Amino acid sequence: MLKEEVYEKYELVVGLEIHVQLQTKSKAYSSDSAEYGSAPNTHISAISLGHPGTLPRFNENTLQYGVRLGLSCGSEITYENQFARKNYFYADLPKGYQITQDKTPLCLGGSILIKDDQGKDKRIGITRIHMEEDSGKSIHDLDPFNTLVDLNRAGVPLLEIVSEPEIRTPQEAYNYLTEVRQLVRYLEICDGNMEEGSMRCDANVSVRLKGAKEFGQRTETKNLNSIRNVFRAIEYEFKRQIEVIEAGSEIKMETMGFDAVKGTTSSMRSKELAHDYRYFPEPDLQAVYVDSDYIEKVRKDLPALPSELIKKFTSEMNLSTYDAEVLTEEKYFALYFDELTRLTKNYKAAANWMMGAVKSYLNENALTIQEFKIKPDQIAEIIQLIDEGKISNSIANQKIFPYLIEHTNDRPRAIAESNNWIQESDSNALEGFISEAIAMYPEKVEAYRAGNKNLLGLFMGEVMKRSKGKADPKLTSQLLKEKLEN
Amino acid sequence: MKNYQCLKEIQADIQSGQISCKTLVLNYIEKIEENSGLNIFLEVFKDEALESAQKIDQKIKAGNAGKLAGMVISLKDNICYKGHKVSASSKIIEGFESLFSATVVERLIQEDAIIIGRTNCDEFAMGSSNENSAFGIVKNPISSNKVPGGSSGGSAASVAAGMCLASLGSDTGGSIRQPASFCGNIGLKPTYGRVSRHGLIAYASSFDQIGTFANSIEDTAALLEIMSGPDEYDSTLSQKKPNSYTDDIVQEVSSKKIAYLSCYVNHEGLNPEVKEKTLAIIENLKQKGHQVDEINFDYLEQLVPAYYVLTTAEASSNLARYDGVHFGYRSPQAFDLLSTYVKSRSEGFGKEVKRRIMLGTYVLSAGYYDAYYSKAQKIRRLIKERTQEILKDYDFVLSPTTPHPAFDIGSQNEDPIKMYLEDIFTVQANLVGLPAISLPLGITKEKLPFGIQLMGSPFEEGKLLNFSQYLININ
Repeated sequence: MLKEEVYEKYELVVGLEIHVQLQTKSKAYSSDSAEYGSAPNTHISAISLGHPGTLPRFNENTLQYGVRLGLSCGSEITYENQFARKNYFYADLPKGYQITQDKTPLCLGGSILIKDDQGKDKRIGITRIHMEEDSGKSIHDLDPFNTLVDLNRAGVPLLEIVSEPEIRTPQEAYNYLTEVRQLVRYLEICDGNMEEGSMRCDANVSVRLKGAKEFGQRTETKNLNSIRNVFRAIEYEFKRQIEVIEAGSEIKMETMGFDAVKGTTSSMRSKELAHDYRYFPEPDLQAVYVDSDYIEKVRKDLPALPSELIKKFTSEMNLSTYDAEVLTEEKYFALYFDELTRLTKNYKAAANWMMGAVKSYLNENALTIQEFKIKPDQIAEIIQLIDEGKISNSIANQKIFPYLIEHTNDRPRAIAESNNWIQESDSNALEGFISEAIAMYPEKVEAYRAGNKNLLGLFMGEVMKRSKGKADPKLTSQLLKEKLEN
Repeated sequence: MKNYQCLKEIQADIQSGQISCKTLVLNYIEKIEENSGLNIFLEVFKDEALESAQKIDQKIKAGNAGKLAGMVISLKDNICYKGHKVSASSKIIEGFESLFSATVVERLIQEDAIIIGRTNCDEFAMGSSNENSAFGIVKNPISSNKVPGGSSGGSAASVAAGMCLASLGSDTGGSIRQPASFCGNIGLKPTYGRVSRHGLIAYASSFDQIGTFANSIEDTAALLEIMSGPDEYDSTLSQKKPNSYTDDIVQEVSSKKIAYLSCYVNHEGLNPEVKEKTLAIIENLKQKGHQVDEINFDYLEQLVPAYYVLTTAEASSNLARYDGVHFGYRSPQAFDLLSTYVKSRSEGFGKEVKRRIMLGTYVLSAGYYDAYYSKAQKIRRLIKERTQEILKDYDFVLSPTTPHPAFDIGSQNEDPIKMYLEDIFTVQANLVGLPAISLPLGITKEKLPFGIQLMGSPFEEGKLLNFSQYLININ
C-alpha cells in the first residue's frame, strides 16, 4: 500500500470489450437451437460439431441485431461485411477457428451516454461492434479428472462491443456496463445476464500520470462475471499497476484473471505466449451487404430507447430526472408507464403509482411487469377516482389496489362503489355531520376560536367517525374551518 | 459385359432387356475385385449397391425411374455419404462415419444413380499422383507402373478401369483434370459456385469444386445438370439457375474464337508429343474456320506459387478441426490437451499434409502475412483480371491439361516443387474460378493418354460442353 497522494498522481484509463450473446432462436452459422440451459450437447448438429464437409450458414438475425445496436449507439453501419477466421486451438472450439469479423466490423464509431462520478453526462466512444460466433464451454469443476466440453454454445451468435479507452474510473466502467446492459435489453437482442455468461466483459486497464498524453502499457483482465466484479477488478488493477510503477518496475502486456473471492487479479499468460490468431478472410461465407433500405427498415422497427424515454418523461411530463430514471430502468416497466400516461394526464400521480404500489407489489412477489395482471387503464381509473375526490389515496392504496390484485378483471370504480368506499363529498351531508360534531364540544369550539387551532383534528376525527371514514378530508377540513371561524 | 461408355447405351440395353441394373452392378463389382491390386477402391458398398440396383430395376419396370437409372458411380473418399465412412484417405479420420450426405450425393441418388463405393485419393486431396494416400498408392489401370494422377486418382482410375460408369472427384488445382488426363477420360471442373461443396471435405475452400469423371460429354452434362444449382447449405454458391446442360449439346458449332497462351504451349517442360498434338488440334480448328490466336500471359511464374500460398493458408485452417478432441484419431500417447493436439496431429497426418499445414500456418503468421498471403491475394486478383480480359475476347482458352502423360510411380515424389509444377496448366481455372474440362484427345507412342484442356467463361458450362463434344468429334 502506498500513500493516498501517490495513487492520486495517477489517472486510470480503461477500455471495455463486451461480448453480448444474441437471443436468436438458432445459431450464427447453423440451424441448431441457440437456447440457453438445455442438457449438455443437445443442440449440436454436424455443423456445430465442425464435422468434415460442413459449411457455415449465416443467420440473418445476427446482422439485424447488430444493426439495431449500431443504430442505437449512433454508429456508422458498414456496407460490405466480410467474415474472417480467427485461428486457435482449444477443446471447446470444434473447428479450430472462430468465425468473426476482422477488417470490416459491422459498426464503426458511435457512443454510449453515461454519468461520470459527479453525476454529469459523459459520452464513451465506441470503437467498433462486430459479429462473431461463440465457442463451446469447457467445464473444469464437474469431473475431478477430466475437463468436460459442452458444445451447445458453440456457434451461438455474439456481438463484440469495443469501447474507446475513455473510461476513467471504476464507477464509470460500472455505469457504462449498466447502460450497455440496459440498452441490449431494451433492444431485446440479449438478456444481459452476466452471471450466466450471456454478457461478458474484458477490461483493458492502464495507468498514466495525470496530464500525461501517452497511454501506459495495458493489461487485459478476463473472467469478469458481474458488473460489480468489473468495478472491483479495475479498482484492484489500478492500484496494482501504480504499485508496480512506483516500485520502479514496468507493466507487462499480460492477460490477467480476476479472483472474485480474493478480489485480486493475477497473470494468466504473458505476451510471449500470446496467440497469433492468423486472421484471414473466411472463404466459406460471402460478404453480407447492408444497404440503406435495410438500415431504414431496422431503424423503423427500433423500440424507444431509455435515453429517449427519459427525455420524454422529463421534458414533456415534467417528471424529475430521478423519477424518469427509475421508470425507465426496465423496458416493459417504462412502456407500461408510457401507456398509462396516454390514459391519464396526471403524470406525477401515474409515476407515483408505478414507483410505489406497482413496483413494490412486483418486487414482493418477484414478478415482472409483463406478468402483472392489472392493466394501465385500471390504474388510470384509480387515479381518476382520486382526482375526482371520490376516493382518498389511502383507500386507493390500502383497499382498491389489493382488491384489484385479487379480482383483476374488475373495474376500480365498480369496486369502490360496491364496497362502499366512495368518499362523502356531498356538502349537505357533510354539513350535517359537522354541525353534530360542533354541537358535541361547545367548550372546544371556544378554545379553537381562542386560538388553539390544533383542535381541528378533533373535529375532523368526529366527522370521519360519523361518515364512516368516507368524508372527503379536504372538503371536510375546509367546511369545518368556515364553521368554526364564523 | 459390354464396356459401356455412356448411360444412353446402358439405358437402351436395360429397356431391351439385355441387362439389368443388378447385373450391371455385379459386373462392376467383379471388375473391382479382379483388379483389387490397383488399389482403386477403399471400400465397395457391395450389398447396398445391389439392393439399390434391384429397387431401381423395379422402378424401371414400373416406369417411374429417375434420370440416372442405370448409372453406377464411385465417390472420391472426400465426399460425404450419410452412414458411410469417409476418410479423405487419411489415418486421422480413418473409420469416421458421416452424419449427412453431400448435396451432390443426395441429388444423384434422388435420380436413381447407384453409389458403388469410395475411391482412394491423395490425403485431403493434396497431391498430383495419388502417392500421398494413407491407404497406399493407386496404380494407373492403363499402365500399372504409372501413377493415375491426383488427387482424385482413384476416381479417374475407377472409370478408366470400367469399374463404374462415372465418378465424382474434387478439383482444387487440377485434381480432376490431371488424373483425367493421365487415365484417358473426361474430367470436368465446374465454375466455382456452380456445384454445392456441402459434404465435400475441405482442402482450400475458395478453390475446391466437385466435378465429374466420365467417358462421354453427354454423361458429364447429365451429372452436372443434376448436381448444380443453389443449396441452402453452401452460401458461396451462385443463385443462378443451372442450364439443362444435356440440351446444350447440340452438335452444331458456329465459328468460335479460341485463345492459347504462348507461355503454356512454349513451356520448356512440355513433352514434345503433347506439344505436337496441341499444335495439331490448333491447326485443325483453324482449318475448320475457327479463329485461334496465340495470346500473351505474363503470370505463368506466379500461378503455382500464388496457388500454393493461398491453398495452404486455407488448408491450415480447414484442417485444424482434426485435433484428436471431438472425432477421428487420438494418439494413445496423449496425456493432456497439448499432447492430444501435437501427438494426434503428428501421427495422424501424412507428410505432405503436414508440409502444407506448416506452409499455410507460416504464410498467415504475424510478420509474414503481407509478404505472402496478401501478396498472393493480389496476384490472384491480377490473374483473374487478365484471364477475364482474355475471355472477353475469346470463347475458350485451349491448352494441354498436363505438361506430360502419366509418370512412373515413385519417380517424382522426392521433390515437392517438381510435383507442384504438375498443376502448372490447371491452377489458373481454380485461381479464377472458371469452368475447365480435360478431354482425352492425346495418346503417346507408348499408348499413354493425355488430355487437352478447355477453359470457358464462368457459368457457361453448356457452351464449354458443346464445344468439347465438337472437339472430340473432329479429332
